[in-house]
Amino acid sequence: MELILSAGIGTLTASGVYLLLRPRTYQVIIGLSLLSFAVNLFIFGMGRLRVNAPPILDPGGVGDLARYTDPVPQALVLTAIVIGFAMTALFLVVLLASRGFTGTDHVDGREQRGD
Amino acid sequence: MTDWLDHLLILPILLPLAVAAVLIPINERDRTLKGAIGFASTLVVFILSMILMRLAAAGTGSLPGSGVYQLGNWPAPFGIVLVLDRLSALMLCLTSGLALAAQAYSMARWHTAGHHFHSLFQLLVAGLNGAFLTGDLFNLFVFFEMMLAASYGLLLHGSGPLRVKAGLHYIAVNLAASALFLIGVSLIYGAAGTLNMADLATKLAALEPRSRTLVEMGSAILGVAFLVKAGMWPLSFWLPTAYAAATPPVAGVFAVLTKVGIYVIIRLHLLVFGTAAGASSGFGQEWLVTGGMLTIAFGGIGVLASQAMGRLAGYSVLVSSGTLLAAVGLGHDGMLAGALFYLVSSTLTIGAFFLLIELVERGRDAGADVLAVTMEAYGDFDEDEEEEEVGAAIPGTMAVLGLCFCLCALLLAGLPPLSGFIAKFALISGLFDMPAAELATAMSAADWTYVTLLILSGLAAMIAMNRIGIRTFWASIEGTIPRVVVIEITPVVVLLGACIFLSLQAGPAMRYMQATADDLLAPLTHSERVLSAPRAGSQ
Repeated sequence: MELILSAGIGTLTASGVYLLLRPRTYQVIIGLSLLSFAVNLFIFGMGRLRVNAPPILDPGGVGDLARYTDPVPQALVLTAIVIGFAMTALFLVVLLASRGFTGTDHVDGREQRGD
Repeated sequence: MTDWLDHLLILPILLPLAVAAVLIPINERDRTLKGAIGFASTLVVFILSMILMRLAAAGTGSLPGSGVYQLGNWPAPFGIVLVLDRLSALMLCLTSGLALAAQAYSMARWHTAGHHFHSLFQLLVAGLNGAFLTGDLFNLFVFFEMMLAASYGLLLHGSGPLRVKAGLHYIAVNLAASALFLIGVSLIYGAAGTLNMADLATKLAALEPRSRTLVEMGSAILGVAFLVKAGMWPLSFWLPTAYAAATPPVAGVFAVLTKVGIYVIIRLHLLVFGTAAGASSGFGQEWLVTGGMLTIAFGGIGVLASQAMGRLAGYSVLVSSGTLLAAVGLGHDGMLAGALFYLVSSTLTIGAFFLLIELVERGRDAGADVLAVTMEAYGDFDEDEEEEEVGAAIPGTMAVLGLCFCLCALLLAGLPPLSGFIAKFALISGLFDMPAAELATAMSAADWTYVTLLILSGLAAMIAMNRIGIRTFWASIEGTIPRVVVIEITPVVVLLGACIFLSLQAGPAMRYMQATADDLLAPLTHSERVLSAPRAGSQ
């Protein structure tokens, strides 16, 4: 499980960084999205991977570390998802504005020779 | 009876947040009303910050709840806390003062350039205040995002291809930095099991080496995120373009945005990796020193090479960042008070300069600066046509603008008698503060390089400001006089006046900074205070 998760995070990050460095705004935004997926998974993983362990106590139950997983990273990841989503939406608007002003989807607002 | 005092600490965050929400439904045509409400809110925040600073200056014992505000009444390592100490009170004052000036300035005309200017401005103030007050790493992330989201909107305020292009780069860079921030925070949580800064400081020394390495890695990644905001050299190429493209009141208040990065680095570096950190003590210092010095050099070259005043100011921001980062990294305890003084002085100066630039450049051709520098390179070619204006009195507007420009130049270059000089003097004297016999051996090459760079960066600023000043005020090509209204020049004068006040009251100011530095250099006292703060209603 650890191997699959880390490979997944690694692949997402690598693709995200590659796309982030590309010259088209659409590639940049997809890169940023992939990067934020990877980061969210990473935060989740930092609570240690446990199967069948809920983060919330049963009503009336006794807190037992062996039966429950750490709730903090899950709370953090929820916050991070919401913020990341909002920022992606904002970035999309700026991307469209830039496309409207310059007539190109190059990040510098003008085509470079050889692209 | 004094219950309201307990809640004083959270007001600098809640008030702008509430006002921002209130301002949204008000019709955009009632801009004056919106501006007045926003300005009143910032003014209240400024007064609150002054009160908090007075309380903090009197010693933490006099603060309500000894300066720790427990959200939801949860004690420190479990709940999120807001912590007030001398440093955060100082930053609150600086932010709200600068915001006040920028907001007054915007009400002359710039707030008409787009929608929801005042709401965004209040959100920016709330985010900044939150970032300065919070004692929790993840909460810091949330406030950072709030501040950044508002800053994206403000940078794009006024629209236009240039701003959208600069905004696109600014947002992309900051989103990538936010990803790094999250990776760093979660690594630290995974390894140390806490997000509270004070708690982290006490736990770090006792961690096993494997976990400590992870915490160090996390802090390094976190540090990169802050250094992007602070504009350390290889991470700073977005900064001059973005700041030059922003509308003047926005650029003015952005002068404090880079200082947030520096504030967090000062805070975390001294708290978590201070003397109590055991083997991790002083982690990352050499990076701060090297990066800071390269930033000064890069900024200095940029200042000399700038053709437009906006870019010159942007590069001055970099010089100021570099000076502070390297000062923190050098790790001489005596320099810290000077560095804090420099932080305040340079932020006020650069804020005033950004506001001034637009006034000076108003009514000039866009290419005038480019022409001025090119003319210098190829020699003057209009030597015989300037004779007519000899003897004509400089009109009042130009005199005021010129005087303000002179003050900015003196402050940026660090020449006596103003606070820029006192700040640099305090930095250098803190560095040399040791018995004369040890001076030759105890000073490292880095120390000498730093002093050299500090002085050279002042020279670079002087040369650049002289060149632009002469071209603008003495040998102006068009000779058109900009129309400046009182509400625009007053904020500039007030900010520069604050610098002059800081120079006159340098003694008390330095004593406050020294007390702040002493606080910062005793991380365990700080942790103790945060962790043992009593819960409200438990007495």
